[in-house]
Amino acid sequence: MAEAQGSPGPWAAPDQPCVFKLVLLGSGSVGKSSLALRYVKDDFRSILPTVGCAFFTKVVELGVSSLKLEIWDTAGQEKYHSVCHLYFRGANAALLVYDITRKDSFHKAQQWLQDLEKEFPPGEVVVMLVGNKTDLSEEREVTFEEGQEFAESKRLLFMETSAKLNHQVSEVFSAVARELLRRRKREGPAQARDAAVALSGGPMRQVRCCTH
Amino acid sequence: MEAGGDTAAPAPGGAGGLEDTRFPGEETDDSEGVHAGPPHLGDGDLEETGSKAKDQPHSPSPLLHSEGPSSTRTCQLWDSAASESSPMGSPESGSGGQGGDPNDEDWRSQRKHVFVLSEAGKPIYSRYGSVEALSATMGVMTALVSFVQSAGDAIRAIYAEDHKLVFLQQGPLLLVAVSRTTQSAAQLRGELLAVHAQIVSTLTRASVARIFAHKQNYDLRRLLAGSERTLDRLLDSVEQDPGALLLGAVRCVPLARPTRDALGALLRRCTAPGLALSVLAVGGRLVTAAQERNVLAECRLDPADLQLLLDWVGAPAFAAGEAWAPVCLPRFNPDGFFYAYVARLDAMPVCLLLLGTQREAFHAMAACRRLVEDGMRALGAMRAFGETASFSNASSPNAPAYSVQAVGAPGLRHFLYKPLDIPDHHRQLPQFTSPELEAPYCREEERQRLSDLYHRLHARLHSTSRPLRLIYHVAEKETLLAWVTSKFELYTCLSPLVTKAGAILVVTKLLRWVRKEEDRLFIRYPPKYSTPPATSMDQAPHNGLFPGL
Repeated sequence: MAEAQGSPGPWAAPDQPCVFKLVLLGSGSVGKSSLALRYVKDDFRSILPTVGCAFFTKVVELGVSSLKLEIWDTAGQEKYHSVCHLYFRGANAALLVYDITRKDSFHKAQQWLQDLEKEFPPGEVVVMLVGNKTDLSEEREVTFEEGQEFAESKRLLFMETSAKLNHQVSEVFSAVARELLRRRKREGPAQARDAAVALSGGPMRQVRCCTH
Repeated sequence: MEAGGDTAAPAPGGAGGLEDTRFPGEETDDSEGVHAGPPHLGDGDLEETGSKAKDQPHSPSPLLHSEGPSSTRTCQLWDSAASESSPMGSPESGSGGQGGDPNDEDWRSQRKHVFVLSEAGKPIYSRYGSVEALSATMGVMTALVSFVQSAGDAIRAIYAEDHKLVFLQQGPLLLVAVSRTTQSAAQLRGELLAVHAQIVSTLTRASVARIFAHKQNYDLRRLLAGSERTLDRLLDSVEQDPGALLLGAVRCVPLARPTRDALGALLRRCTAPGLALSVLAVGGRLVTAAQERNVLAECRLDPADLQLLLDWVGAPAFAAGEAWAPVCLPRFNPDGFFYAYVARLDAMPVCLLLLGTQREAFHAMAACRRLVEDGMRALGAMRAFGETASFSNASSPNAPAYSVQAVGAPGLRHFLYKPLDIPDHHRQLPQFTSPELEAPYCREEERQRLSDLYHRLHARLHSTSRPLRLIYHVAEKETLLAWVTSKFELYTCLSPLVTKAGAILVVTKLLRWVRKEEDRLFIRYPPKYSTPPATSMDQAPHNGLFPGL
């Protein structure tokens, strides 16, 4: 879809920074929008629940190379899942965000991972598990070890953050960006282009609606 | 209690005992001696109730009429509701101070409650308190409704002392307002309709119906999560910044006509596949809008739908990034979704809404936004907005528009003016204008008082049985003059010291000012439908090829 809409895939123009699509997933009020807002605008405020999806772009500088992240911040609310699933398609990376003070949000992040696995063959998407709200560590319900253990078992990247205190936020995005570049180099441009085509097309990548 | 007409003159008889319903907000101690007021027989009585309430606007103990033996049927219901819910309500009341326990003093002292529940009595929304604590209270509401229904009737309103209880059934949803404001039942019903429209706009009527047909005791809060704040905001605006809902009109950003026309032309030029409607707004106020002929052909956008969109894009949720979300326009088609692209334009307080029919058109809409943005920059529109007002905080729904001082009529504090003589009226969208609320209407109570007064005058002007054209009303802290003619509908709030002759002078001055400024205050000549561009934009070859909704 991205290609059809004139948004270049990751390997479109040689001179331009590569464009990667990153989706933020997780249940309601775990801090997805806050992470995006902190990262893109270095701002924090108490925001209302996201309506539908919000879209940001940010160029990440990584030493010699740079890349452009298209960030899709999805609503955690169930009613918007049907529209948000659209943006699974063509995603290169996903952040699975949970709130360390809410166990249920951790479980929900695991469900999101299953949804992702249904949509993509393993290894196709860079997935990072993010435990947000470390500023509320006194009310912690999910330990760092739990998060890390789960991430390792599924071979995900893992970090804990605080969007409020701006703790590790840009690190999360840089880590994902670095991993995206690393994989791209490993795969090589030729394979990557094939992958991009496969991403945009395949009938097996039908949009799934989990709402009802 | 099917009352004729929308003013809902409370009908006697029918549901006999219901007239005696006690509202849980009343003091429990009084309960033995309190019986509700006499059944009101017509509009005259309704107005009397209004003035009583007005005289004692914040009195916690209402004027009590002991009217013979009461049927205690519903009283017992309330009492049991209160006692049953207290154990589960009490832990809640610690958080936020408004626990929702019907025994809770704070909760009871609220002027107006609005509840949404499912037909099965499952709580969906309560303006105050937590819905969990209210399940018993909501059970009572369901009982009332089904009790009347069982007699083949529909309950519309209950008048109990200074309280009005208004019921509205919409499909599987039941909406209830419990108010001791001066609002008429018709006005409360309008508010409930707006609440319902808000719910429909996020879920569609069809999916609400489908959900409840599938599972009668479904907990709709799951799907509405996150929308409660929108409902709160809607209900707050009625009391804090009245106008839109009361007058059924949208408020425009004052703007020089050439600028507005140029912006309208710009919106019509910038199209995208499936684009149905483009709107420019600032802080919930309309700058201009363009409707796409091929999508909304011959179908005027209902002002209520437009207002809903304006409220929606004015929400702080859209403060950052570009948003893409499904939205339903309940008046246009309650069962289908549009897809909305919402973005705050670069370095401007202006919000652009692009409403389309294609759910994957995000990137096309984003491209369209860039065209609009470039066009606005070329027009120097930013400066125009800067001159209109200082939008220090654009996300505030109360972005200042203009001061009442601009009118130059000393003694005039505030007004609402809705023109009725707009050219090309059948195509026109209803609009109104009003200045910023300034001192003494800064605090919540004062704004509520003003809102109450406006609502009261509005109810009198629009009473179905005895409508008035002109009202001069001396209230305790202000004097008001309301006037409706074939050309306009006007509510003015004046200093309490003004004389009748002085008031007429002020109003004359105001009318002269509005006539002078009307090109700036209103969209006098709304843009015609946009047409597919003759010299086509790159990727927008036609706008008629997408499936309907």
